[in-house]
Amino acid sequence: MKEIYLDNNATTMVAPEVLETMLPFLRDSYGNASSMHGFGGKVGAFISQAREQTAQCLGCSPDEIIFTSCGTESDNTAIFSAVRSQPEKRHVVTTRVEHPAVLNVASHLEIAGYEVTHLKVDEQGRLDLQELEDSLRPDTALVSVMHANNENGIIFPLESISEIVKDRGILLHTDAVQTVGKLPIDLQKLAVDFLALSAHKVHGPKGVGALYIRRGVPFRPFMLGGHQEKGRRAGTENVAGIVALGKAMEMAAIGIHEKNSRVRTLRDRLEQGILDAIPDVRRNGDPENRLPNTTSLAFKFIEGESILLMLDQHGICASSGSACTSGSLEPSHVLRAMGVPFTYAHGSIRFSLSRYTTDAEIDLVLQELPGIVSRLRAMSPFTATSKATGDCAC
Amino acid sequence: MWDYTDKVRDHFLNPRNAGPMEDPTVVGEVGSLACGDALKLFLKIDNSGRITDATFQTFGCASAIASSSVLTELLKGKTVDEAAAITNKEIAAELGGLPREKMHCSVMGQEALESALKRYRGELEPLAKPEGEIVCKCFGVTDVQIRRAITENGLTTVEEITDYTKAGGGCGECVLDLERILAETRGTEPAKPKPAVPQRKLTNLQRMQLVTKVIDEEIRPSLKKDRGDIELLDIEGPRVLVSMRGACSGCPSSQLTIKELVQRRLRDAVDPEIIVEEVRS
Repeated sequence: MKEIYLDNNATTMVAPEVLETMLPFLRDSYGNASSMHGFGGKVGAFISQAREQTAQCLGCSPDEIIFTSCGTESDNTAIFSAVRSQPEKRHVVTTRVEHPAVLNVASHLEIAGYEVTHLKVDEQGRLDLQELEDSLRPDTALVSVMHANNENGIIFPLESISEIVKDRGILLHTDAVQTVGKLPIDLQKLAVDFLALSAHKVHGPKGVGALYIRRGVPFRPFMLGGHQEKGRRAGTENVAGIVALGKAMEMAAIGIHEKNSRVRTLRDRLEQGILDAIPDVRRNGDPENRLPNTTSLAFKFIEGESILLMLDQHGICASSGSACTSGSLEPSHVLRAMGVPFTYAHGSIRFSLSRYTTDAEIDLVLQELPGIVSRLRAMSPFTATSKATGDCAC
Repeated sequence: MWDYTDKVRDHFLNPRNAGPMEDPTVVGEVGSLACGDALKLFLKIDNSGRITDATFQTFGCASAIASSSVLTELLKGKTVDEAAAITNKEIAAELGGLPREKMHCSVMGQEALESALKRYRGELEPLAKPEGEIVCKCFGVTDVQIRRAITENGLTTVEEITDYTKAGGGCGECVLDLERILAETRGTEPAKPKPAVPQRKLTNLQRMQLVTKVIDEEIRPSLKKDRGDIELLDIEGPRVLVSMRGACSGCPSSQLTIKELVQRRLRDAVDPEIIVEEVRS
């Protein structure tokens, strides 16, 4: 059974062209770019090329890019650099719906004595820009706001955010792991100081990411050691990974609008098909401002893990915001921040498509999902006619 | 992905006795939509007190559905008295085991059964309050349920209580109560915490000895697990001056460790007035 992979916000297939590009650096050209001999030195040119490809995709200069091991490292590097380069400032602003790579760094800063403001979102998953503006203080070191949310796909208005933050001496970081390669990004027009990205979300391999650092922004390295990346990120370069990231970025940028409109059409067909065929389903989040590949749907009266495991029987890969899949007992922090009622939150499923998703795959989901939902609902003690909320001691 | 046994998968994908029952003798209910799982257990019991049929309706994850399914199989043919002896351990064992974090699903099965049997005996009105005092407000778990899970499953940590009953898995406010219930139920540390708080004022020497003893015997071993260490530098009145060593030294969380672990422990065991301060070398 061939899997139907609709979990592309978790990770993506490595594009065959990307794999071809990286293999020679694992097989033959295994040299170290820092070596004095030609065998090692020659890989340096390929790293430079990857840096140019990445910069091209983001509309920045190659020397504003450093390569890292993943999106999480890029986020950590940016946030720690921002606070360490401004030791007198003790306040950081972020949102309640960030990825753990940001949220847990923020908690760490709180323990270390920083004050952290967590901006709330409304029931559509949107930020209140007035709240952002009001939260800024003379001692604010950093604003860290994700570009788009991994769970519901909601896009935050980064351009308006940067307009509010800039000219106040406050640094702006964005976790753009979910948008790079999915949305056109032009850093000439976007006044962010740090932007984090990851290769494996754009059909590159795992284990490589990048961080954009605006020229002139004070920087403190996260990894200490050798002089790699002009002293900004120590550690022997992951040449195969970096070359692959460059290729993946180049491929993502080609025809991005056409690819997006195709993916959006498929996503809308999937979403509308589910909403039409199955009663008591709601869409989580703002339908207008979201990634073209993502839909988050909540199925009342049933639990997310059960839906996922039954989908898995048909080779359909999706993910859930329910508590049971993560081992925690409460539904995802994103759904809770949006105020999704518990009666729905436990049954939330995310489908995230890619440019490789086909019509036939969407058809198969639309064919299997209604049966799965009615099977689980038949087993559930709650139904549309029963007292929906249930009596809870909670 | 959870490491479910084949039997869990089988009972989830091919649940036995799923669905409501027409004309049941008694129905047991536990959980709610808000809590994330719920089970309704239907039993048919004949005049001799034997369970002739059992069905279920479950809202929850795969292990909740599998636990319910296997429970109905266990119940069929048993007398009410035999059924009352079924524990959550038996439900989990029948499934070839459950992931640790999912043990609360087997407890839910046992509780639904208990609710059904109580109603059968006429001991419980359908909407009566749960027995005991609610300890975990997030999930509505009572001290009676927690003590039972501790005794029947030999639980030794607060994390295990959360895995088995969900208590403490929400806001975390009840964790200190869980620690207390755990100690009381297991009968361990009988000196903790009340008897350890001295009834009369300690002499300075006694205080110092007690602080040293608690640091040496309780705090240091727990820090050493994380390759950290602590040194007692001085005691001035209520102030206990310490220095963090090993992995704790320079750890950004060391302040938290001092307040949450060291100070709390010393306040419990020696004197509620104690203030622990770190002296950085």
